[in-house]
Amino acid sequence: MSKINARIPEGPLAQKWTNYKDHQKLVNPSNKRKLDVIIIGTGLAGASAAAALGEMGFNVKNFCIQDSPRRAHSIAAQGGINAAKNYPNDGDSVFRLFYDTIKGGDYRSREGNVHRLAEVSNSIIDQCVAQGVPFAREYGGLLDNRSFGGAQVSRTFYAKGQTGQQLLLGAYQALMRQVNLGTVTMYTRTELVEIVLVDGKAHGIISRDLVTGELQRHFGHAVVLATGGYGNAFFLSTNAMGSNGSALVKAYQKGAMFANPCMAQIHPTCIPVHGESQSKLTLMSESLRNDGRIWVPKKKEDAEAIRSGKLKATQIAEENRDYYLERRYPAFGNLVPRDVASRAAKERCDAGYGVGATGLAVYLDFKSSIERLGQKTIEDRYGNLFQMYEKIVDENPYETPMMIYPAMHYTMGGIWVDYELQTTIPGLFAAGEANFSDHGANRLGASALMQGLADGYFVLPYTLQNYLADEIHTKRMTTNEPEFVDAERAVKERFAQLMGIKGKRTVDSLHKELGLVMWDFVGMGRNKKGLEDAIQKIAAIKKEFWTNVRIPGDQSGMNVELEKASRLADFIEIGDLMARDALNREESCGGHFREEYQTPEGEALRQDDKFAYVSCWEYKGEKQEPELHKEELIYETVKMVQRNYK
Amino acid sequence: MEKLINLTLKVWRQNGSKAKGRFETYKVNNVSTGSSFLEMLDMLNEQLVNEDKVPVAFDHDCREGICGTCSLYINGRPHGPDDDVTTCQLHMRKFTDGQTITIEPWRSTAFPVIYDLMVDRRAFDKIISAGGYVSVNTGGVPDANAIPIAKADADEAMDSASCIGCGACVAACKNGSAMLFVSAKVSQLAMLPQGRIEASRRAKAMVAKMDELGFGNCTNTGACEVECPKNISLSNIARLNREFLYAKFQD
Ligand SMILES: Cc1cc2nc3c(=O)[nH]c(=O)nc-3n(C[C@H](O)[C@H](O)[C@H](O)COP(=O)(O)OP(=O)(O)OC[C@H]3O[C@@H](n4cnc5c(N)ncnc54)[C@H](O)[C@@H]3O)c2cc1C
Ligand code: SF4
Ligand code: FES
Repeated sequence: MSKINARIPEGPLAQKWTNYKDHQKLVNPSNKRKLDVIIIGTGLAGASAAAALGEMGFNVKNFCIQDSPRRAHSIAAQGGINAAKNYPNDGDSVFRLFYDTIKGGDYRSREGNVHRLAEVSNSIIDQCVAQGVPFAREYGGLLDNRSFGGAQVSRTFYAKGQTGQQLLLGAYQALMRQVNLGTVTMYTRTELVEIVLVDGKAHGIISRDLVTGELQRHFGHAVVLATGGYGNAFFLSTNAMGSNGSALVKAYQKGAMFANPCMAQIHPTCIPVHGESQSKLTLMSESLRNDGRIWVPKKKEDAEAIRSGKLKATQIAEENRDYYLERRYPAFGNLVPRDVASRAAKERCDAGYGVGATGLAVYLDFKSSIERLGQKTIEDRYGNLFQMYEKIVDENPYETPMMIYPAMHYTMGGIWVDYELQTTIPGLFAAGEANFSDHGANRLGASALMQGLADGYFVLPYTLQNYLADEIHTKRMTTNEPEFVDAERAVKERFAQLMGIKGKRTVDSLHKELGLVMWDFVGMGRNKKGLEDAIQKIAAIKKEFWTNVRIPGDQSGMNVELEKASRLADFIEIGDLMARDALNREESCGGHFREEYQTPEGEALRQDDKFAYVSCWEYKGEKQEPELHKEELIYETVKMVQRNYK
Repeated sequence: MEKLINLTLKVWRQNGSKAKGRFETYKVNNVSTGSSFLEMLDMLNEQLVNEDKVPVAFDHDCREGICGTCSLYINGRPHGPDDDVTTCQLHMRKFTDGQTITIEPWRSTAFPVIYDLMVDRRAFDKIISAGGYVSVNTGGVPDANAIPIAKADADEAMDSASCIGCGACVAACKNGSAMLFVSAKVSQLAMLPQGRIEASRRAKAMVAKMDELGFGNCTNTGACEVECPKNISLSNIARLNREFLYAKFQD
C-alpha cells in the first residue's frame, strides 16, 4: 500500500459527507473532558476549531504568536466569503460552487473534499450571522452578495472591505466565551517550536514563550496545525509580518508529507513596490474588480511618457487605453481568476506597456463606475480600501486610477491531509491555509475564508472526534516522558546553534535575498533552467545563513531577531521544496506556470496524462533529497477540460 | 514627490517588565518619505544589528491598519501625527528633514510594558471573555436570512464592529479608561437582534471586568475618539451607558 491514502468515503459524491457523519465514531460527554486537544493558531481555522471543540466539551489548549488571538492574519482578509446560498436567485447551487472551485483550481484538487466544502458553506453564513457578524445588507434587510473572480454568480458575502476581520472577531468571541467557560486555555505570544511524537503518534508540542524565552512542554491526545500559509518565503507578500511556515516544516521533518509546495497564488491587485525599504505589500481586494476596469496604454510611447512623469493616466484618451482583460477574455472580463489576471498584467508590463515609475504597474480605474453609480455607492462599497490606498500612495483613487501589480498572496500547497484533515502522522491534523486540501492549483477569491471556517466549525469537530474516540484509553501523559525531554533538548541545541553563529548578515538581508530568488525564478513564470538555478541559489543562501547570520542578544528573554532567524531557517527549506516541486511538475496549471507548457495564446497547458496527481514530498533527512509520492486525482463527476474564461 | 530625510529618534528602551526604562537617542538617515513609519524603524533595527546591538522591539503584524497590533506613542500622540490611521499606516511624508521624533509605548496601568515599546494588552481579551459575544454554540442556528435586519442598523453595527482593539483610546485617556473599546462591542451586539437578547447582561459583565482590571473611569473628555484610528464614535459610550443603566434598573 502506498503511504498516501486519502480515505475518501464510499458512495455518490453528494452523499459522501453525510455517510461519513452517519458512521463516524463518537466520544461520550464524560470522556470528552479527559481528552486534550492542542490547536496551534487562532486564525479562522484555529479559532473556529478551538471554539467548536471547546463547546463540545474537549479540553482545548490554543496557541498563537500574537499578543491576542484576535490578531491572527485572517483579520486582514478584505473581500468576502463564498457560500452556495443562492439568495440572489441567479442559478447558484452546492454543485455549482463545487464545480467552480474544481475548475478554478485547474483540476488539481479532490472532488470529495471540495464537494464537502461547498456543502457546509451555507452553514458557515448561518453561524456567523447568529454570532452577530454584521454582514452587508440590502434595504429590505436581507443579506447582500457581490461577485468575485472565476464565478458568474453573486455568492460572496461581505462586511465592507473587512470581511476577514468580522469573521475572525466572530470566531474569536466564540473562543473567548469558551475561555471564560474554562474549556479552552489560551497561550498567546507562544510559538510552537517542535512537535512531539510518542509511538509514532502526535502527542504534544514544545513551545517557546516569546516574552520570557522559556521552553514549555504540552501534552495532547491530538495536535491540530492551523498556522496559515507560507507566502512569506517570498519576503514581500500580502501576508502579515509574522505569518510563517515553521509549524509546517516541523511537521514535515517529523514525517508528515508536504503537498504541492509549488502551488502558490500571486494576487493581481496589490499596491506596487515603492523601494528598497519595502517590508510588505498591501492587497487591494479582488472585489474592486467588480467595479474597476484594468488597463494599460495602447501605445508604447504613452506608457513611456507616463513612466517618465510627462503624462498622467487621466490624459490618456479612451480609445488609447487597452482594457486587456476585457479584450482577451470577453466572457469574464475583469473577473477572470487571479492566476489569469496576474499573468496578463505581467505579460503587458514585460512587453513594455507598464506604468508607474518602475513600469511594473497597471491601472485599475473606477471612472466609469463612478459615472454610472455615483461616488457615494463606490465609497460605500470600498471606502476603507480607497482610504488605505490614499494613505500609502498619496493619490486619490476617486480621481486618478489606482496603480496595481501582482504580489505573492496565498499558498494552496501545504501539509498533506486526508479526507479527515489528518496528516500522514496519526493524531496530527492540519486545517485552513496550512493544509493543501481544497484549492488545487489556484484558489478562487473568497474561498479561503470559507475553507478555514469549514475546517474549524464543521469538519474537524467530526473527524477529530472520530480519531479521539480511539484515544480514550491513552492516559494523559506527564511531560517528563523521554520523548518530551529529547524534543526539548533538540530545540535548545538548535537555538544555541543559531545564537552561536555570530556572523555578519542580518536576518532581513538574507530573507530579502531569498525573496528575490523566489520572485524571479519561482514566481509567476517558471522554467526548467531558472528552477535549477534557484535550487542552487537557495542552497547558497542556506549555507550563508547557517554560517554568517548575526543574532544579537541571547536565548533567554525576548529576542525578536532569534524568532525571525528561526522562521527564516524554515522558509529556506520551504523555498527549496517549492522550487523542487515546480521543477518536477512539467505542466502549467493554475498558479503554476511553466513557460515551456503554454498554448499558442499563452494560456496554461496542463498535462493531465502525466500530472493529474498531488505531489507529496517526504523528508528524508538533512543530507538527502526528499522523496516524491503521488496521490492520483480521480475525477468521477467532473470532466477535466481546459479552463476557458473567454 | 518622494525625498530622503534624516531623523533623530528618541526611543524608549526597557529590558523587560521589571527593568527600569530609559530613552536612547539614535540617528537614521536617508529615509524615503514614501516609506512607512515602521519601515523607518526597520531601517533603525538593521543599523543596530549591524552594529551588533540589540534592536528595538515593537509590536506589529499586518502593517495595513487592521490587526491592531502596532501601538506606538509618537511625539505625544497614540499612532502619531496623522489622523485616522494606525502607526503602521503612518507614512514618513508626515515628517520633515532634521526632525526629532519621540517614540514611547502605550502608557497605562492596565497595559504594563513588557519590553521596549511592547505592552501587555491581554486585559482587552479578558473583557471580551467576560461577555463580548452572543452565547450560541456551533451548528443548529437559524437560516441567515431568517431575521431581516434594517440596513441602517447593520451598517451602524458594522461601524462599531470596526474597532481593532489597539488600545489607543486607553493610551489617550488621562484616566486610562477602556470605555470606547467596551462600548463599541456592546453597541455592535446590542444593535443586532442576535445580540440584543443578552445586551444588558453583557454590558454589566464587561464593565465590571473593565473596572476590576484597573482601567480608569470615563469622565467624557473625548480624547479617545480623537485618537481612535477607526473613528469609533463617542455615541457608542452613550449607548453603553443606557444599556448599563437599564441593567442596573432590572437588578
Ligand atoms: C491581505 C489578504 C486579504 C485576503 N482576503 C481574503 C478574502 O477576501 N477572502 C478569502 O476567502 N480569503 C482571503 N485571504 C486569504 C485568507 O485570509 C487566509 O488564507 C486565511 O485567513 C488563513 O486563515 P488560517 O486560519 O489558515 O491562518 P491565519 O489566519 O494565518 O492564522 C495563523 C495562526 O497561526 C498562528 N501561528 C503561526 N505560526 C505559529 C507557531 N509556530 N506557533 C504558534 N502559533 C503560530 C498565528 O499566530 C495565527 O494565530 C486574504 C489574505 C490576505 C493576505
Ligand atoms: S476604540 Fe479605537 S482606539 Fe480603542 S481599541 Fe478600538 S480601534 Fe483602538
Ligand atoms: S500592524 Fe496591524 S494595525 Fe498596525
